[in-house]
Amino acid sequence: MGCIENLKYEMILPLGASFKECREYAEKNFKEVWYVNPGYKLFDEYIIGLPPIALGIEDGKKIIFPYTKPCHGTYLLRIEDADEVERVRKTARKKK
Amino acid sequence: MTPLPETPAKALIVLGCPEAPAQQALAFHTAYNLKKRGSEVLIAGNPSVLNLLKVSDPEKHYITDTMVLEKCIAEVVEKKRDCDLCVVFAHNDAAIAYAATMRHLLPERRLVVIIFGKNPEPLADEINFPCEKIVDKAVHNPMQLRTKINEVFGWAVSRT
Repeated sequence: MGCIENLKYEMILPLGASFKECREYAEKNFKEVWYVNPGYKLFDEYIIGLPPIALGIEDGKKIIFPYTKPCHGTYLLRIEDADEVERVRKTARKKK
Repeated sequence: MTPLPETPAKALIVLGCPEAPAQQALAFHTAYNLKKRGSEVLIAGNPSVLNLLKVSDPEKHYITDTMVLEKCIAEVVEKKRDCDLCVVFAHNDAAIAYAATMRHLLPERRLVVIIFGKNPEPLADEINFPCEKIVDKAVHNPMQLRTKINEVFGWAVSRT
């Protein structure tokens, strides 16, 4: 089981979505959006997906990101972690 | 005459969800043909798909090296693992995401994405990165997709 599955997460799109839908949802619904490439480490796991991968930041302390499992699809998750938010702000990019 | 591609020294086969039975047959077929021609083959997938392979091949005739997908990706990201050829089997959006990840992590390597299942065309259309695509509406019957795979890799058709 991945590290992310052991964290307290909330599913924003509980029925799953395509990768493109997750990116569009993050871009449309969150004022602060950062972009990363596949292989970026988030919560100690390497994120996979079609680049650019959009990460939303909410209230300065929550990260919204796509999480993919082969048999289950891609889910948009929300996890509260102010330290990880700061790390994203320092290491991710603003432009696609 | 178009020259046949060289046999890759190291091949990585990435498998998706084992929901479509054709995947397992074609994974064996691909691994067998690569190994027969001298490639080292590693198969990566989730625990379910790896267990299906291991149960099907208890004497490891075709499948010798396997790895859980997350670990494989971690090793590629950390530059601990490389390959000459990456083959991704994709019948859902999640697997396309894995293929895109492999493209990004292995930009110079040959990437072949085999898109199959009930409705492969929309999945194939999602691919906006450079790779070779093999597309076929295969779920239970692997025969037509096997022919296409053989053509792409330059493998003669087996009469057995």
